[in-house]
Amino acid sequence: MTIGSPVPAQLGATRQYSTFRVGDMFMGIELTQVQELLRYQEMTRVPLAPRAIEGLINLRGQIVTALDVRRVLGLPAIDSEDKLPMNIVIQSEGGKVSLLVDEICDVLDVPLEAATPLPENMPALLRELIEGVYQLESGLLLILNIDRVLDTSAN
Amino acid sequence: MEFSEEVREFLIESNENLGVLDCEIVELEKRPADEQLIASVFRTIHTIKGTCGFFGFEILGSITHVAENILGQVREKQRPLTPDLVSLVLQTVDVVRLVLANIEERGEEGEDVYQDLRQKLDDAYNFRSDSSQSAFDQGLTVLAAHPPQDISEPDEAPLAIAEYAEGTSTQDAEEEHLEWPSAFEVSNAGTESEVKEIRETASNSANSAAGSTIRVDVTLLDKLMNLVGELVLARNQILQGTTSQSCASSGAAQRLNLITSELQEGVMRTRMQPIGVVWNKLPRVVRDLAFEVGKQIEIQMEGAETELDKTIIEAIKGPLTHIVRNSCDHGIERPDVRVAKGKKAHGTILLRAYHEGGHVNIEISDDGAGIDPERVKRKAVEKGLIRAEQAATMSEWEALHLIFLPGFSTAEKVTNISGRGVGMDVVKTNIEKIGGAVDLFNRPGIGGIAGGSTVKIKIPLTLAIIPGLIVNLNSTRTTGGVKVKREDRFVIPQANLLELVRLEGAEGRKQIESIQGTEVYRRRGKLLPLTYLSRVLGLPPVEQDNDVLNIVVLQAEETAFGLVVDGVSDTQEIVVKALGKQLKALSCYVGATIMGDGKIALILDVPGLGRLANILPRSLERSRTKASESVKDQRQTLLLFSAGRFSRLVVPLSMVARLEEFASSKVQYAAGQPVLHYRDAILPLVSVGAMLDRGSPDAAMERDSLQVIVFSEGNRHVGLVVDEIQDIVEEAVTVKRASSSFGLLGSGVVGGKITDFIDLGALLQAAIGDHPDSFSSHVRVASSVLVADSSRIARGTLRAYLEMSGHQVFEASTLEEVLDLLSRNPVQVVVTAGLLADATGGELLDAIRGRDKLASVAVLGFAEEDGNAQSASRRGEHFDGAVNRDDREGLVRAIESLTGAAAGRSRESAMTGSRK
Repeated sequence: MTIGSPVPAQLGATRQYSTFRVGDMFMGIELTQVQELLRYQEMTRVPLAPRAIEGLINLRGQIVTALDVRRVLGLPAIDSEDKLPMNIVIQSEGGKVSLLVDEICDVLDVPLEAATPLPENMPALLRELIEGVYQLESGLLLILNIDRVLDTSAN
Repeated sequence: MEFSEEVREFLIESNENLGVLDCEIVELEKRPADEQLIASVFRTIHTIKGTCGFFGFEILGSITHVAENILGQVREKQRPLTPDLVSLVLQTVDVVRLVLANIEERGEEGEDVYQDLRQKLDDAYNFRSDSSQSAFDQGLTVLAAHPPQDISEPDEAPLAIAEYAEGTSTQDAEEEHLEWPSAFEVSNAGTESEVKEIRETASNSANSAAGSTIRVDVTLLDKLMNLVGELVLARNQILQGTTSQSCASSGAAQRLNLITSELQEGVMRTRMQPIGVVWNKLPRVVRDLAFEVGKQIEIQMEGAETELDKTIIEAIKGPLTHIVRNSCDHGIERPDVRVAKGKKAHGTILLRAYHEGGHVNIEISDDGAGIDPERVKRKAVEKGLIRAEQAATMSEWEALHLIFLPGFSTAEKVTNISGRGVGMDVVKTNIEKIGGAVDLFNRPGIGGIAGGSTVKIKIPLTLAIIPGLIVNLNSTRTTGGVKVKREDRFVIPQANLLELVRLEGAEGRKQIESIQGTEVYRRRGKLLPLTYLSRVLGLPPVEQDNDVLNIVVLQAEETAFGLVVDGVSDTQEIVVKALGKQLKALSCYVGATIMGDGKIALILDVPGLGRLANILPRSLERSRTKASESVKDQRQTLLLFSAGRFSRLVVPLSMVARLEEFASSKVQYAAGQPVLHYRDAILPLVSVGAMLDRGSPDAAMERDSLQVIVFSEGNRHVGLVVDEIQDIVEEAVTVKRASSSFGLLGSGVVGGKITDFIDLGALLQAAIGDHPDSFSSHVRVASSVLVADSSRIARGTLRAYLEMSGHQVFEASTLEEVLDLLSRNPVQVVVTAGLLADATGGELLDAIRGRDKLASVAVLGFAEEDGNAQSASRRGEHFDGAVNRDDREGLVRAIESLTGAAAGRSRESAMTGSRK
């Protein structure tokens, strides 16, 4: 999905996004990409794994890799037992992956006309990983580019 | 393509039949008069023809019709079955396959009417014999003498003629020589890759047993396998939960356990196929290949009934074919060459498969020329895969394994057989993908058993469910500033497990030794390198308050090592689940599993772990630097053996070319000295026991088979006959006592015991000194060299090496001796490591340069010492040349260039000493 792709600009055309918070950023991914949303799940860590990989989750018998979005975005880790991350499970070509985020928010119907270009002052790292921005009343909604996030996490 | 059930059946059956045909026809070629075989082949073709007609596949029908007729003629004894005829029938089989593939893909036979083939078939049938048969010998196709009957329309004849005129020449059979396969390719519209594909299409012909069978879709079986996997997981969970439950539920749990195990076994068996399924394709492949390259090659199989999981069978098809092709192409020599070597004219490829402890071993052996390590090294250097210096110090094992490097292919020309960019590196990767391992080695000829080379493949029996040992690892993790102790569980595949060792208390600790900073455990006399799992995985350990050490002894790629863990749990059947793409690259894990309590445990990849822990060489590059470092550390790799009344003798392994075993019946005597015919040269034999103990009877030579340590330089060899080759040890050498006995340098402590170091130079001198013919037939321009070093071992080693290169060597350990020798002998080069007993390299230089008489004496030193020497020398002198300490070839070259001896040398390659 790219902002500005030829979509009929009908009045009221919207897209559904599953939104969440990471740090003080409000982000979202297309609902169609989301498999499920979960509370904090116990993880088994993988020694020697890339830093962004927090561990493995047992999802009803399936082993799912848990990716720390904070790390991928270059944010410092929350080093506290109280604030546990939540899981957004997506399907990628390499298997299921769970994105660890600070807090899961609502599913929003976002009007396409609210699309706005990426802010000038966005750091380069973020620019790579965000594929679009919407201007909402409450603030900016940053849309995450899942593929790039997964690629980055491997390093 | 949507098909009716009948067409689908037809396709499957026909492909099966074609597979059977392939084998039968190749058999028939060996036994052309076997009536039953002929009848069977005839029947099969007849069936195909019949069903083709039924479905209206005309092209297929017409081709098989003529082929059937020809076979009918053979059956009625109207004609003999010649190799040409066999080739023709096989061609037909291939074309039929192609057409069937077309049908499967597009629902129709395709455009090509295969006129060429039809023509040939027709000619053969009508005995347009002489021209077509002899032309076949040359690989030519021939114009039809009269219009083709039977199968083609009259007006197609001019078209046929035109085709021939284009593709081939009709006269001068001797000049134009079309290769058989390319003639085949010309006559078929199918591209090379298509044809190749067809040849590799699976056919389960051999699978149908005598009993009733049923055909099942593979995807259904896969699904069953997955379900069984889940069931195993669930069973594990239940078992875990019922350990303390009531009797009733635990009884049910037990039954569930049993049933699940049996079910698992049963489902796995449904997916098992005998390896013969893959092997059955090979006789045809070998036959075609042998024909093409003009060799005679026979293929034999042992253990074709050994069963493997279907996925494994799919995975090894390609590698097996490639390896067999290599043997045909490069391994087995042409008949004339073989006969000249005293071998049988036809070469044999032997395939062996057998189960062994949770693995399937597949061996592909040939009795060909073996793999020439020198050629391999040269190619590798040419392709820039290794540097020339590395090649020079490489052992034979390492040289052979260069073949597995990506980008390597020894084919002088890339034939369309084995050189299609599919190298042994792809073979290795594919086999490792399924968790297996590949090795290859040369087999020297011993006794009546022919030499050659062998490729050995080891594959774990099942992929998905394996027995594993659960181990625990404790570590600390800091969260929110608080140190928390965590316990992680890991699984070690049983297949890699050798034994478990538990060391308690001080007594236990004593058995751990430290060598150069690495901890080792003495396990039944042998040293086992230890590595801590916590360290390898980079996890901070917990302070141990108890002094129990748990060691899991593992095996990976022929190397054993010990893994220290915090706790050992039980062995369980675990379901291997693959890790996601992000984690696949980690070499230390094979996958993960879900334990009974729902928690995840990572499954360790033992070879990967070994590499991470630096116990296994990660690559040749690594092992090179390790070796040269260890030389600097004064550690040597020594070969331990016994001879005569000396039960422990050592010689530096770097000097050793090969370890061999010969039948004593092969020993001949030349001028009173025992010799052997070895690799196109004469190998003089020296019995170490007799040499060291002159006058005592020579028992070693009396045995039936002789253990020989071979030392080589170029193509000159000397063999030391010993009683028993015991071990290879790596030790920091500490010589306790110098020896004045003949043949011994001294004695020292090796492996904790007193061991004698042999003086190789003296032994060789004594042996060859008596018989100049056997060794010094290649007389070189000898230089006179003085080796100056305080270490007797170092002197002795250098001396031995230099003497084998044909130089005259003196030894000195103090400056006084050096000067003394120099004044009395015409020494040209002084070689020093700069460590004399009473002088530094610098002082040595000063001393020599300070004397006019010694002006022409060159001084060679080791590279590391050059700087030191220069700074120590008051006159500011430096060495005339410097080489690396372990670069023996370089040393010889330096000496020769300094003395101008290089000019007098013949062009023997000094690169060929295979040393580590």
